[in-house]
Amino acid sequence: MTIHTTTLDGTSPPLPLSPTLARALTAIGTIGALISTFVAWTWTTSFPGNLTVTGYPGGLQLITLTGAVLTTVYLIVGYGIRGLRWLAPAGTSGPVLYLALGTLGTTWYTLLAITVDLGGLANLEPGGYIAAATTLIAVIGALGLPTDSATDPRPSPNAPGPPSWYRLRRALASVPPQRAKPLPVWAEILAIAIAFGIGLYLFTYGIDTEYAELFLGYLILTSFGFAALNSAGLIARLTALTTKHHNIALAAAFVAAACFPFTQDNDTYTSVGAYILIFATVALGLNVVVGLAGLLDLGYVAFLGVGAYAAALVSGSPESSIGVHFPFWAAMLTGAAASLVFGVLIGAPTLRLRGDYLAIVTLGFGEIFRISMLNLNGTTGPDVTNGSMGIPNVPSLKIFGFDFGENHNILGYPIGPFGNYYLLMLLVTAFVVLVFRRAAESRIGRAWVAIREDETAATAMGINGFRLKLLAFALGATLAGLAGTVQAHVTTTVTPEQYQFAGPVPPNSAFLLAAVILGGMGTLSGPIIGAALLYLIPAKLDFMADYQLLLFGLALILLMRFRPEGLVADRRKQLEFHETGQLDVPDQDRLPGQGIGITKAEA
Amino acid sequence: MTTTSLTKTDDHSTPILAATGVTMRFGGLTAVRAVDLTVRPGEIVGLIGPNGAGKTTFFNCLTGLYVPTEGRVAYQGTVLPPKPHLVTQAGIARTFQNIRLFANMTVLENVLVGRHTRTKEGLASALLRLPSFRRAEQASKERSMELLEFTGLATKCDHLARNLPYGEQRKLEIARALASEPGLLLLDEPTAGMNPQETRATEELVLAVRDQGTAVLVIEHDMRFIFRLCDRVAVLVQGEKLIEGTSETVQADERVIAAYLGTPFEGAPGSDEVAEVEAAEAHQHTAQTEDGQ
Ligand SMILES: Nc1ncnc2c1ncn2[C@@H]1O[C@H](COP(=O)(O)OP(=O)(O)O)[C@@H](O)[C@H]1O
Ligand SMILES: [Mg+2]
Repeated sequence: MTIHTTTLDGTSPPLPLSPTLARALTAIGTIGALISTFVAWTWTTSFPGNLTVTGYPGGLQLITLTGAVLTTVYLIVGYGIRGLRWLAPAGTSGPVLYLALGTLGTTWYTLLAITVDLGGLANLEPGGYIAAATTLIAVIGALGLPTDSATDPRPSPNAPGPPSWYRLRRALASVPPQRAKPLPVWAEILAIAIAFGIGLYLFTYGIDTEYAELFLGYLILTSFGFAALNSAGLIARLTALTTKHHNIALAAAFVAAACFPFTQDNDTYTSVGAYILIFATVALGLNVVVGLAGLLDLGYVAFLGVGAYAAALVSGSPESSIGVHFPFWAAMLTGAAASLVFGVLIGAPTLRLRGDYLAIVTLGFGEIFRISMLNLNGTTGPDVTNGSMGIPNVPSLKIFGFDFGENHNILGYPIGPFGNYYLLMLLVTAFVVLVFRRAAESRIGRAWVAIREDETAATAMGINGFRLKLLAFALGATLAGLAGTVQAHVTTTVTPEQYQFAGPVPPNSAFLLAAVILGGMGTLSGPIIGAALLYLIPAKLDFMADYQLLLFGLALILLMRFRPEGLVADRRKQLEFHETGQLDVPDQDRLPGQGIGITKAEA
Repeated sequence: MTTTSLTKTDDHSTPILAATGVTMRFGGLTAVRAVDLTVRPGEIVGLIGPNGAGKTTFFNCLTGLYVPTEGRVAYQGTVLPPKPHLVTQAGIARTFQNIRLFANMTVLENVLVGRHTRTKEGLASALLRLPSFRRAEQASKERSMELLEFTGLATKCDHLARNLPYGEQRKLEIARALASEPGLLLLDEPTAGMNPQETRATEELVLAVRDQGTAVLVIEHDMRFIFRLCDRVAVLVQGEKLIEGTSETVQADERVIAAYLGTPFEGAPGSDEVAEVEAAEAHQHTAQTEDGQ
């Protein structure tokens, strides 16, 4: 009897509706929302994206339309139609709920934005009211759909809070997907290629959004859409595929990224892409230090600065205090070597410290670098860096006669200067990715992770803690220095203000660390995704510039509360695919990194 | 009972471990006071004593985690520097009383980390992925898998260490320590928290380790375990070595009994042992003290 009730409780949805009614409501709501996007939502074109036309959707209506279409797809999959089940190996109720919520979110946000921008509800046309009502009906219906799995151990019914809250959490919890039928290899590779193609399309769409409202609507729907795919089990499937064919997945990601400048007809957004790549590469370098070796470095951006200054000084800039002009390969080596030396010089005395002390000392050194660059201006110190003026007019790169500062036609597509630098930076990123992966999957990488996990035990296993930490520090510094040499040419001016601890424009030490933590420490893709988000969101939502750091802090707190492992989870995701079900240990998240049953004093 | 013959033949060879006058003070507290201890090749030596006697601290002094206030530790005749990684490199490996695995690494990776000192592929070789790197990596994996077979964990090589049950975590610590190919293995309460079957399996494991030529020094509260396995037993009380000798000698010693009765064990198995020791005492009265050196 007790078992019976628990089982019932397990699948019972947050809202007690009959499954048929719930499906009908969701369908009516979704189709209503779909139709409403063809009707005018407002009367004036002063809201960007022209939502006044009856007959076809425009602007933000397209986002609502996409949400509604995706919800419909998952509703149809829910009827168990053959040939579509692969879309939802872990069940359809979760995805439908997430998509309905995403559609509701983006629609209501649009209507709210119209009301606020144009000053009052009077600016909404009936179409707007219909959209609001139908998306709400769809969510109500989706809340009544039977929850996907009754066997999922989390969250437990004993969790605090009212039962409906618990049922809602269950409905939103991700369920492990059923085991995949083995596909032929070509199909798996095709799936990876398609996934990266979609990824490129989504990224390009986001970067190309012309006004902040559209970007926010896009962001709401993509977040919920991602959660829906995760809840459908597709993300887990894709992770399994990319793990299995990791070289192919890396190549696909690289090709997709290389395609980006070809999708752009001018340089406006390509520059954003180039800056994202610089930021992401440096974040990946920091991931060696923080993610693998577990050394909290709060002054990491200084190494980027060392590389950039070194490259700028030898670039042949008329303002450089050294009147030399190195070829770029030599400039890169100079920048990387300078960073390496600086890294060893800082690391050697500080790496004997552990934890908080190291963080404080690296923070100090980061600031010392910036202030030194300010003071080497000829009045407060020797004239090397022009102080706060920095080194301007870093000339554009020329490699084998290819001038990066000019427009080129590559394969019939016009590529501007930023596009050129984007492609060059992509090569550097690929190099750093390669270094990161090879280092991580080696004896040295394992020793770093061992130090991160338990330094005392690591030294007792024969690892020379200090030497390996210094190696991680030096490698991280070198990679950042390498990125810095390209950065000097992209920004054309190198000033001390670019290398602060915290500031509104990434990369700075705080944002770099945030990218690593938000993306997922110790992972390859995590810091890259984290960096892309942390660059793109502030760049697109410039109207919030005043609140940016506040929102950033808030987002970090929420993330650490609800997903402390970051967006990309390290290893666990892979391990979930073991048949043994070893992850049945309940509530892992609550047992941070500790062995069980420690009762006695420290060894 | 197990290896008297072996011990005798090796009596005159260089001891594998010779600790002389090891003293460890923490401020006013002297946790270990002038302890001498020798372990000869092929021996299993037990170290017992009430909680807080300084056994773990002594281990930490041996392995370089603590720098002893006085005294020195020699491995196969050479004095060891108090640096943990050099001690491991020299050939002493250890496990921890409170399990210290690399929780977020897999079982196999934990053992691979244990092989750190016996491999030498550096960063350059890892980045270039030369054939020598692949070969060394392959050899390390094979050796580690052998150790996992040996400890019975091979089927779980892909699991995260944190997800292993408690008894298997202790076994994994032993496998990880063995990966450094030690001449001497230090075990700090290897059966703590284990059920009788697991304890029995651990006994077999320790015997097998010794049979492969590794000497063992083991701290343990389970007297049945100690007296079945150990060729010699040393008793530490309040930081001082009270007595050292064969199981029989130690079991019979009045001061050992007093020490244990004075500071009773935590938990059920302890009180059993006290009763056992008391029973033994009723039969025998000869007490024999022996110095390590
Ligand atoms: N790092 C330390 N600092 C201060 N006191 C310590 C430290 N380590 C151990 N001690 C003390 O040394 C004594 C012996 O402890 P320990 O070696 O853990 O005992 P055992 O392993 O025999 O139970 C205890 O009183 C303990 O509190
Ligand atoms: Mg102890």
